[in-house]
Amino acid sequence: MKHLLSTRDLTPGDAIGILDTAEEMAAVNDREVRKLPALRGRTVVNLFFEDSTRTRISFEAAAKRLSADVINFAAKGSSVSKGESLKDTAQTLEAIGADAVVIRHSAAGAPHRLAVTDWIQAAVVNAGDGTHEHPTQALLDAFTLRRHLARVAGTPSAGADLAGAHVVIVGDILHSRVARSNVWLLTTLGARVTLVAPPTLLPIGVEHWPCAVSYDLDAALDQAPDAVMMLRVQAERMNASYFPSTAEYSRLWGLGDERFDRFDTPAFKDTVILHPGPMVRGLEISSTAADSDRSQVLRQVANGVSVRMAVLYLLMSAKESAR
Amino acid sequence: MTTPTNASGASASSSARYLLRGASLLGRERVDLLVEDGRIAQVGSIAGAPGATVVDAEGLVALPGLVDVHTHLREPGREDAETVETGSRAAALGGYTAVHAMANSSPVADTAGVVEQVHSLGRRAGWVDVRPVGAVTVGLAGEQLAEIGAMASSAAQVRMFSDDGMCVHDPVLMRRALEYVKAFDGVVAQHAQEPRLTAGAQMNEGVVSAVLGLPGWPAVAEESIIARDVLLAQHVGSRLHVCHVSTAGSVEIIRWAKSRGISVTAEVTPHHLWLTDELVRSYDPVYKVNPPLRTQEDVEALREALADGTIDVVGTDHAPHPSEHKECEWAQAAMGMTGLETALSVVQHTMVESGLMDWARVAEAMSVVPSKIGRVADQGRPLAEGEAANITLVDPSARWTVDPSRQATKGRNSPFVGRELPGRVVATFFRGHPTVLDGALNAPHPQAAPVVAQ
Repeated sequence: MKHLLSTRDLTPGDAIGILDTAEEMAAVNDREVRKLPALRGRTVVNLFFEDSTRTRISFEAAAKRLSADVINFAAKGSSVSKGESLKDTAQTLEAIGADAVVIRHSAAGAPHRLAVTDWIQAAVVNAGDGTHEHPTQALLDAFTLRRHLARVAGTPSAGADLAGAHVVIVGDILHSRVARSNVWLLTTLGARVTLVAPPTLLPIGVEHWPCAVSYDLDAALDQAPDAVMMLRVQAERMNASYFPSTAEYSRLWGLGDERFDRFDTPAFKDTVILHPGPMVRGLEISSTAADSDRSQVLRQVANGVSVRMAVLYLLMSAKESAR
Repeated sequence: MTTPTNASGASASSSARYLLRGASLLGRERVDLLVEDGRIAQVGSIAGAPGATVVDAEGLVALPGLVDVHTHLREPGREDAETVETGSRAAALGGYTAVHAMANSSPVADTAGVVEQVHSLGRRAGWVDVRPVGAVTVGLAGEQLAEIGAMASSAAQVRMFSDDGMCVHDPVLMRRALEYVKAFDGVVAQHAQEPRLTAGAQMNEGVVSAVLGLPGWPAVAEESIIARDVLLAQHVGSRLHVCHVSTAGSVEIIRWAKSRGISVTAEVTPHHLWLTDELVRSYDPVYKVNPPLRTQEDVEALREALADGTIDVVGTDHAPHPSEHKECEWAQAAMGMTGLETALSVVQHTMVESGLMDWARVAEAMSVVPSKIGRVADQGRPLAEGEAANITLVDPSARWTVDPSRQATKGRNSPFVGRELPGRVVATFFRGHPTVLDGALNAPHPQAAPVVAQ
């Protein structure tokens, strides 16, 4: 594995390998001294063309815990905002000696361009590109879910896949890079996925995806899934007629208090709630649900660091051996 | 017609004689063609022609010089992308003897002044007839009719009007344009794209766009405009030309319109006859074009429609861009592909070698009908005695690999880069003068002939 661009590229073996490495990294994160010398002398550039404090600090923490040098390159206030091209930026980073580039970009496919052109030789990690993919988010979701299932079953999570698990993903699928990466990764790991959204927020062509699709959240919940992942919904979508009002959206596709009350049955005993953040409380999720002990939101954040450590370690040590 | 001579009184090279020996006329009978004084003097078995330069055309197919209904020459305004000179050199190398230069230059070709400028640049270059296309609306803004009459009666004798790149989406304005051009025997060439359905669109909307997360350009945005426009053309009794048809649904609508006797012609690009949106998975902007690459099902419907005449012509939509507009993120990249130097080869590959069309039908779709749509005098005529000598000789057995850095166009954005294509243009005769010989540029026409509408 030279780059991490899309979860579609991952075999079950690749994915389990990353999750298992992340388990080892998590053990480091539980130690008193949370640092490994693995990437000492190597340089990781966080190249962020889009604001994202959460993802950027997660990657920064991951790289620093592996002793890498970290350069944060935010497009705003740099030459990029003066019209420098992606190509010139990439070649500049190459000249500086970046070993890995973590890129967040509003344009789908920008990480792919960095990886396949000769602009730069560094390993490329997609930290979210437009409405395409966000593979490390999906990996941390899978990691969180795998740990949860192992805890319930009383088995070790290392080496396990997600066979038999059922995940319901709810919200703006059309504009969600998190949903895309999760559909590919969770199904690669053997889970069953159901997407729930208003028809306007599902892409044309979704019927070819390896998952079920429903417009009815209550019907999907009738199946008592192992996890419900709520996606952020931007209220501005209302202005483009994707739905008539935030109130109607919440009523039909939100995890409000009334719907959350349905979880108080034995069938839902081990059902968890995932959210990639940032949450819009009161729109797609109520505070009661978000703050309940079913919510994995903060575990997701913590696991994000472990997963990103694993990805950087695997990509950069693979690069070392290829030299 | 008088024999053109140059200022020094010496015989211009267009009055030189050429004997094209052993060409296969439209891929059929083997004939010799004698070219003299810009005209075809004789066709048949010619024993000898004293003083004539003999061109060995054994095994070559003779076609009437190709006519492109859809070319972007970028001048004035984007001379970094292409000029009339470089674009018309590319055209000659591709076997063309006439091109229609689209109006989306800067300034827009929406006045007699701009179309005359392009026209005179074309004559000065001397590689092909450059027929300017006039804008339908001022500045391509879709709000107010451009001075169509002034452009029609200018020295450029404009007959085709198009806001190509933009759709004339206002139904009332489109109706008026269709009506108005009747006064000048004009045609409105529509870029069919419903703007509201394609805001921010990046690629064909379908299975691939769903995975790539790129905003979709749905087929219905093209088809709904074509459906509206054929009904408008019927209502007001005008000529409509549909640019770059890209979907199977559009083909069905045009087939229906023709069956009703509506005066509509349609065009397909070489790239839509071959490439699909699967290529976008690379995120390589060389595959970004408008309308976008569609699906295999669409490609097959377009090929069938071109073969059966539902689609009348092949237009290149040659759209050169500087490399920095393609070496970037997909969303930021410019839309468009070069095409003049690959069009005939792509048509041979997709239509002739697949058995869908013979060379006579290629001549119809790439020369005869395009010149009728654009009302280009002396182009797209039969290869017969007395006709203007606009002739393309193609070697159908040749094979070559596309290398954009070796092309005459300034654009390096060929989607066929690295592909092996069949068929090579060996010679292009433009009004009796070889602009291309032995597959290479020869020299421009020493004295541009008058370019007039029929």
